[in-house]
Amino acid sequence: MREVAVIGIGMTEFGELWNRSFRDLVAEAGMHAILDAGIEGDEIDAMYIGGMSSGRFIGQEHVGSLAVEVAGLEDLHIPSIRVEAACASGGVAMHQGYLAVASGMYDIVVVGGAEKMTDVVGAEATNILASAADREWESFFGATFPGLYAMMARYHMKKYGTTPEQLASVAVKNHYNGSLNPKAQFKRRISIEDVLRSPMVAEPLHLLDCSPITDGAAATILAPLDIAKKYTDKIVKIRASALATDTLSLHGRKSFDSVPAAYHAAQRAYKMADLQPKDIDLAEVHDCFTIAEIMAIEDLGFFERGEGGKATEEGRTAIDGEIPINTSGGLKSKGHPVGATGVAQINEIVMQLRGEAGERQVKDARIGLTHNVGGSGGTAVVHILEVI
Amino acid sequence: MMGVARYWREIPVRYNLIGKKCGVCGKVYFPPRNICPTCRRKSIGKMEDYKLSGKGIVETYTIIHTPPPEFDGKAPYAVAIIKMEEGCHLTAQIVDCPLDEIHVGMKVEACLRRIQEDGKRGAIYYGYKFKKAED
Repeated sequence: MREVAVIGIGMTEFGELWNRSFRDLVAEAGMHAILDAGIEGDEIDAMYIGGMSSGRFIGQEHVGSLAVEVAGLEDLHIPSIRVEAACASGGVAMHQGYLAVASGMYDIVVVGGAEKMTDVVGAEATNILASAADREWESFFGATFPGLYAMMARYHMKKYGTTPEQLASVAVKNHYNGSLNPKAQFKRRISIEDVLRSPMVAEPLHLLDCSPITDGAAATILAPLDIAKKYTDKIVKIRASALATDTLSLHGRKSFDSVPAAYHAAQRAYKMADLQPKDIDLAEVHDCFTIAEIMAIEDLGFFERGEGGKATEEGRTAIDGEIPINTSGGLKSKGHPVGATGVAQINEIVMQLRGEAGERQVKDARIGLTHNVGGSGGTAVVHILEVI
Repeated sequence: MMGVARYWREIPVRYNLIGKKCGVCGKVYFPPRNICPTCRRKSIGKMEDYKLSGKGIVETYTIIHTPPPEFDGKAPYAVAIIKMEEGCHLTAQIVDCPLDEIHVGMKVEACLRRIQEDGKRGAIYYGYKFKKAED
């Protein structure tokens, strides 16, 4: 296996982008990444595009071909593959791109992710997102996606004494971080009271415990480490790329207060990188709901089980804390265009490791981690990156 | 709109709580599984229909305030993960009980109810919900 580097990143602004089409978003993220890497189009060997449900959000499947056309690369006839694993589609696309380069099959690979979620009206987006859960045995009976995470929150609260204020402190931190990110959907800072006073979505989760509906796209360019030097001085190496799975339904799992797939993906990633949780300088985690970030920082081994809420409340995960979490604003504030999220997380870590994160820059960041979860935990992907 | 067959084929399971029992290790699965995750290949062809008692306890629950389109107008309603007497877990609504009386550890039993309908002219789908157990 060859060592793999990220040589380029690019993403669109995240938000309700009424004047932008799916095509526009894919094109913009891809172009930024290609310009950032300084590669020519005919150097590209393959593309992997993460997307959850373009078929239902915009009535368009066959995204691999669409991306090639958008990029003007049709005359190269390169392989271009759409990858789907619900909210982990972007992370899984990264894993596929990594494998393609590491194996020696391809040299320059574009990994993208995109979702256009605001072209459907009313509650239809909620219904489409419910397809990440088990349609036959969860959604059919009235369980919503926030409802599943709400049940994990209740379980965590009952077992460990995690409080609504601790959940809210995740959203407060991430909105603060998002206020420093020009590409974030929500740049507004909020308070604990704002979260607790916002409408209930699924008890105990309030509206401000939930990530939003977002349009956006992100891309990265991967290359073998030995030729990465040709393109950039700030080489970010992929130390680990690990994927794990579990049952589709939440009720089928061994645990309701953690995401076992995320734990296993993290264990594999630490082993692959020969690193421990204490070696990680910062992480982007999948905070689709506030409880998800608390479980994430426990599954990743940054804090003991049951300590995640308290640690967040104490500021230990803030930008200036001992392990900064979601400096981008996370899914909560930056936004969550599902298929793009896993790739956008890589964008943020690469910016941080290159020292290009501006106001939200973490001092001396050298090793960063991303944690991307599909559904209520049926798929999880963990990447570890290091600047060399 | 889905074809009726998608729901029709699940009627025995959803009306009567028919799960599967592994003929090798004896473990009961609901919703039904095709392969026992413990015995795997040894269980092929040995997964037998098994009717659950319908009794269980609430392991965790939520009150849904923002429902999906099919449940428009039904909120707030309670959804729980229930641990069945046979050891398996399932997801279902809790009904016939004030929402503030629902709690983790509550004993519940299955009842047959209307779950949702496919628009104003489509089929009506029935299945299990759970109510407070009488004991």
